[in-house]
Order: sequence, then structure tokens, then C-alpha cells
Amino acid sequence: MRKFILLSLVSMVLLGMVYSCQTAEKVERDAYYVNGRDLYIRHCQNCHGEKGEGLGELVPPITDSVYMKTNRKALACIIKNGLSTPVTIHGKVYEGKMPDLNLANIDIAQLIVYITNGFGAQQGMYTQEQVGKDLENCK
Amino acid sequence: MYLCLNNQFVLNVTGINNMTKFARTIQAFSVTTFLNHDIINILLMRYHFKFTFAAFFTVILFLSSCKSDRKLPIYGLRETKSVKNSDGSTGVDTVYQTIPAFKLLNQDSTYITNDHFKGKVYIADFFFTSCNSICPIMHRNMKTIFDEFKDNQNVMFLSHTIDFKYDTPSVLKKYAQKLGVDGPRWQFVHGSKDEIYTLAEKSYLVAVGQDSTDKQGFVHQGFLVLIDKDRRIRGAYDGTDAGQVAQLKKDIPLLLAEEKQ
Repeated sequence: MRKFILLSLVSMVLLGMVYSCQTAEKVERDAYYVNGRDLYIRHCQNCHGEKGEGLGELVPPITDSVYMKTNRKALACIIKNGLSTPVTIHGKVYEGKMPDLNLANIDIAQLIVYITNGFGAQQGMYTQEQVGKDLENCK
Repeated sequence: MYLCLNNQFVLNVTGINNMTKFARTIQAFSVTTFLNHDIINILLMRYHFKFTFAAFFTVILFLSSCKSDRKLPIYGLRETKSVKNSDGSTGVDTVYQTIPAFKLLNQDSTYITNDHFKGKVYIADFFFTSCNSICPIMHRNMKTIFDEFKDNQNVMFLSHTIDFKYDTPSVLKKYAQKLGVDGPRWQFVHGSKDEIYTLAEKSYLVAVGQDSTDKQGFVHQGFLVLIDKDRRIRGAYDGTDAGQVAQLKKDIPLLLAEEKQ
């Protein structure tokens, strides 16, 4: 009986350890997310707002997960080079100009992880290598 | 019996009603053994703490009611001048700094002057439309004030652009519409560099300037300046700080109440 209790205790502890274990990818993604939030506060929050809500019709919100998904490959270019063509978000047209931020690839990757996971959308990881690839195809 | 009734009256005044019940029970059980005088003494001992508390509470109430008399300070330079009173004697009067007369083009390309704000309080600030550092935060916050005092025609807004080259009335109009505040209550004005910069630095006490080393070309402070109906500065709040903006929202009704008197 005692053996059984001991055994079940040990196995439960082991199970708990396995369960609380995070995969290396998840740890990396969380690190990107947290750094991305700092970058967002520094570079984006002034205009796009604390919750990504935008400002009137001057600044588009970045809470449109459909836009984020369909334009996923263009996000790196927009952040790096800015945007001067109109965009349609939630059915509204925004004509304002977004300045170029000219960030390093790693920063862009972290920012994209934050904005594609922090405001409603759940799009997972976005790597530095992906940034390099996407930037080659900028319009 | 009379004394006891008298006592009840006193107790009711201090607002401790359950004491009267206590007095009645004591009186019913011990009317033969105690004199009324003794009952009062017992009550006083029993409720001594409550009396102190009630007195303390009353004092606090009085003190806190004095607070509503808080007046906003008057900022800026001031000087004194001697005046003749109506009875012939001479006295000294204080002359406060005021916003001078101005005439600037607004977002509808019409000139507005001080008359537009006559008898009203207004909040002034300095910005430019292509600014993406502090201006969006300031105007995001100003818009919450604008919405909060939507029904009050006595609260107005005046934004001066410091980008005298690019921010023409048509650009300002577009900006106002997109911010969702286009209307007579929030004026966006354009003027020459000299006019606007002098107004900012000499009258509203907000530092503005052109800076070729800055990426956007301009630097300025983000103060929201509260002006009363006599054109005096009554407050300056950092428009990028949520706490100070909240304070401004509290101070506007204070100023409005003062003007009503």
C-alpha cells in the first residue's frame, strides 16, 4: 500500500513536470511577444493607441485580424518603409501617411509577433528569416 | 421623566437613534432604583466614545465641505496699478496676464478672433498635422474631453498649427473631419510663423520651435492650456499624461462654476 502511494506521488510529480514544460518554440515566441510589446509602445502606440484602436479616421486600428491575415507578408514592408497608399480597415478608408520606421529585422519580427497576437488575432510565430524573405518582395 | 425626554432630544440631534431605545429599556427596568440623573450618567459613560466619534465626524464634514471652494490659480506675469475707487480714495489693483487679441484663419478659411470665445472657457494647444510623436496622444486625450463636455457650449477648443507651411486651412479641415471633431466648438487655426510662435511663447507660455535636427522639423511642448472668459491662463496640463488630463476634466467644471457667479 505504501509503495503504491509513493509510486503514484512520484508519477504525479513527473506528470506535472512534463505538463508545465514549455516547448522551445513557445518560449521563443513569448520572448518575441514581450520584446515586441516594448517596441510597440516606443514606436507605434502614439498613433495606433494602447489597444491598437487607432485615432478617429486619421490612424487605422490594427485590430482587423482579417487584414492582418491577408496582408501578413506585407507587414514587414509597411513597418520598414512606411505606407503612403490608402488602406481599407473594417470597411473604412484611411489615407494618412505612415512614417518609415527603418527597424532591424529582429525588431520587425518581434513587432509583428506582438501585433498579430496581441490585438485579437492569434497568428503565432514570425521569424527573423521570414522578415528577410518578405522584405525582398516589397512593392 | 422630563430630563430623560430632554436627553432623547439631544441624542436624536447627534444622530444616534438606537440610544433612545437603550434609554427606554433602562428606564423601564430600573425606574425605581435609579434617578433620571443616573440614567443620563450611565448613558454618557456608555456612549462617551460614540459622542467623540460623532463630534469628530462633524468636524471632518465641515472641513471637507470647505474644499469645494477651491479656486484655480491665475498664471502668468502680473503687475499692479493704482486705481481710483468710487469713493475718491486710491487703491491698488492687480493686472493679470491675458491672451492678446488675435485674428487667425480657421479650418473653414474664415478669420476667427477672441470674440469667438467670448464668455466661454477654452483649451488651447499647439500641434501640427503630420506630427506622429506627441500630437496624436494629445488629441486623443483632448477628444475625450471634447466628448465629455459635448453638451456644454461654454467649453471650447483651440488648436494652433506650428507647421505654417504645410498645414493650410484645407489640411486642417481634413484633419478635423478625420479626427471626428469638425465644428465650431473645436477650432483649428493657421497663421504666420511670427503670429503663432509669439502667441505660443509670450501668451500661452508653451515652447514651440523649428528644429532642423528633428526628423519631423518641429519641436513643441504638449501642454493643454486652460483659458477663462477674461482671457487669463488658469491651468496648463500635460496633454500626454493621463493623470493630468483627468485633473483638467475636474478643473473645467470648477472654472465654469466660478464664471457663473
